[in-house]
Amino acid sequence: MASRFDIRRQTGFTTIAMICFFALYLPIVTLVAYAFNAGNSIAIWEGVSLRWFYQAWNNSQVVDASIRSLQIASVAATIATIVATMAALATTRTKPYPGLGFKYAFINQPLMVPEIVTAVALLIFFSRIKIWTDYSGLGYLMAAHTAFCIPFAYLPIRARLENMDLSLEIAAADLYATPWKAFRRVTFPLLWPGILAGLMLAFVISLDDVVITEFVKSGGQDTLPTYMLGQFRRVITPEINAISTVFLLISILIVTVFFFISRKKDQE
Amino acid sequence: MPEQPGKSAIEVRGVRKVFGTGDAQVAALDTVSVSIRENEFFTLLGPSGCGKTTLLRLIAGFDFPSAGEILLHGQDIAPLPPFKRPVNTVFQNYALFPHMTVAENIGFGLEMLGKPKAEVKARVAEMLKLVKMEALSNRRTSQISGGQQQRVALARALAPQPKVLLLDEPLSALDFKLRKEMQIELKRLQHETGITFIFVTHDQEEALTMSDRIAVMSSGKILQVGTPWDIYDKPAERFVADFIGETNFLTAAITGMGNGKARATLKSGATIDATVAEGFQPKDNATVVVRPEHAKLTSGKGDLSGTVENIVYFGTDTHIQVRLDSSEAFTVRQQNTRSAGCGFERGDKVGISIGNDAAQVLRD
Repeated sequence: MASRFDIRRQTGFTTIAMICFFALYLPIVTLVAYAFNAGNSIAIWEGVSLRWFYQAWNNSQVVDASIRSLQIASVAATIATIVATMAALATTRTKPYPGLGFKYAFINQPLMVPEIVTAVALLIFFSRIKIWTDYSGLGYLMAAHTAFCIPFAYLPIRARLENMDLSLEIAAADLYATPWKAFRRVTFPLLWPGILAGLMLAFVISLDDVVITEFVKSGGQDTLPTYMLGQFRRVITPEINAISTVFLLISILIVTVFFFISRKKDQE
Repeated sequence: MPEQPGKSAIEVRGVRKVFGTGDAQVAALDTVSVSIRENEFFTLLGPSGCGKTTLLRLIAGFDFPSAGEILLHGQDIAPLPPFKRPVNTVFQNYALFPHMTVAENIGFGLEMLGKPKAEVKARVAEMLKLVKMEALSNRRTSQISGGQQQRVALARALAPQPKVLLLDEPLSALDFKLRKEMQIELKRLQHETGITFIFVTHDQEEALTMSDRIAVMSSGKILQVGTPWDIYDKPAERFVADFIGETNFLTAAITGMGNGKARATLKSGATIDATVAEGFQPKDNATVVVRPEHAKLTSGKGDLSGTVENIVYFGTDTHIQVRLDSSEAFTVRQQNTRSAGCGFERGDKVGISIGNDAAQVLRD
């Protein structure tokens, strides 16, 4: 069926598309290119070299921050995904009732409240707890990241659940499956791509966070993004570009892996 | 009608189902009682919204009655969750598990019952053979046709050997030819397995051709239960007569009773004998129904007289629509032959004779 309105035939479409395309990708291309710069500048090209990658690799601060980032992202994304899965099940596997809309809003609150507000609130809240408990480990960052990752994990899982045929779960119950077995054998396998999408999204969001991390972290708890931000206040070298490039590659890898997994699932 | 105790597979006793609360309350089932015998092909027939699917869901356990009991071989199952009832369902949209193969789908119920692997495998093989799907056992359910999905859904529901099989309009998604095939297939499966089938449909023809007995439902009530023959030839109520097949309604005065039959005097002045539902005493004025194929058109005088208004050719037969002198409409169905037309033309003055045992008095 031919669509009556084809946006590609509108005047200026190609021009606008090209401008958007360049605006999005040209800075990233430049950033990646200068990661291979042999000189000390992020703006003056002096030949190809991998020296900044070596330097970053041998910089213990970068390595520490990276490991910390991955630790926090792993824990936060996992907990957030579990909570989000339960929340999504609770909000879709029920008859609509007054107050359900409020619960949606409540779950998605981190998307709506300005991040800086959450950050300040968490800073004050956690500093109290720090005084009471004398604990100052990574737990605070993990808890904070978990909280703002929940809506990102929740949205794809809920979308998947809403598209799932409810009669499948009824059929499982009809065929002697207890609610737990029905979940494990029918709902969960069909929900899995949604859960995976939620997990990856939450992981990337946590890995990327600056504002909340900057407020909540104690001394020596830099994550990769806050370390990079700190570097900008001093001398900027292509080491930053090299770190960013690796970061970019990891993100692309995660998204690609997810794409193939979910596509395979959908074909089944 | 009284049932012999112990012979019924399912006994529904005074079941009510109310949806909503307060002023928005709707009774989907209004105090329904019915007894379904063992090894019976029983059909719940009615238009959409009549409560037939609600009743089926209550028997399956997907919903719970607001009042009343549902007995399965004498035991009240109404409060049990679906996974504790030895009853399986064939869903309207089949509800096959998309992430499992045909064989895995069929084995699911047995596996959930905790049967040993070898037993599950043997039973799945038996079921695949029963529905003639052996060749496709390792296919995904998305890789097979609608008719094949239907067979898998049947095999999956039959595999755990339920006491009762519930079928929720399972043929409605199939095209005409496949539907006819599956109707025969279902009858064969019911005969071979000896399981009680409760079949829900809105298709009166399907109900008549497949069922041992039919319950006709409307607005949350069961209006009549009987064999297809009973339902078609001796409809007790206007709704039943109207919903199943085509019928002529005639106003009549009841002038006497005898031998379980009423003497009905029609507006034309002719008096005919009409059967009456058991235990029903018709009042002075009643409606009498006559099926179009039970009346005969004559060029002379009959029980009724009128003018031919329209002639519709249907291949196997011809419907001749007559406007009676009493201004009521009446249709006569006449079997076609190859050699000649129906013998009447529009505008002809005709008589209609109503055969012996062709008329039934309605209860309303």
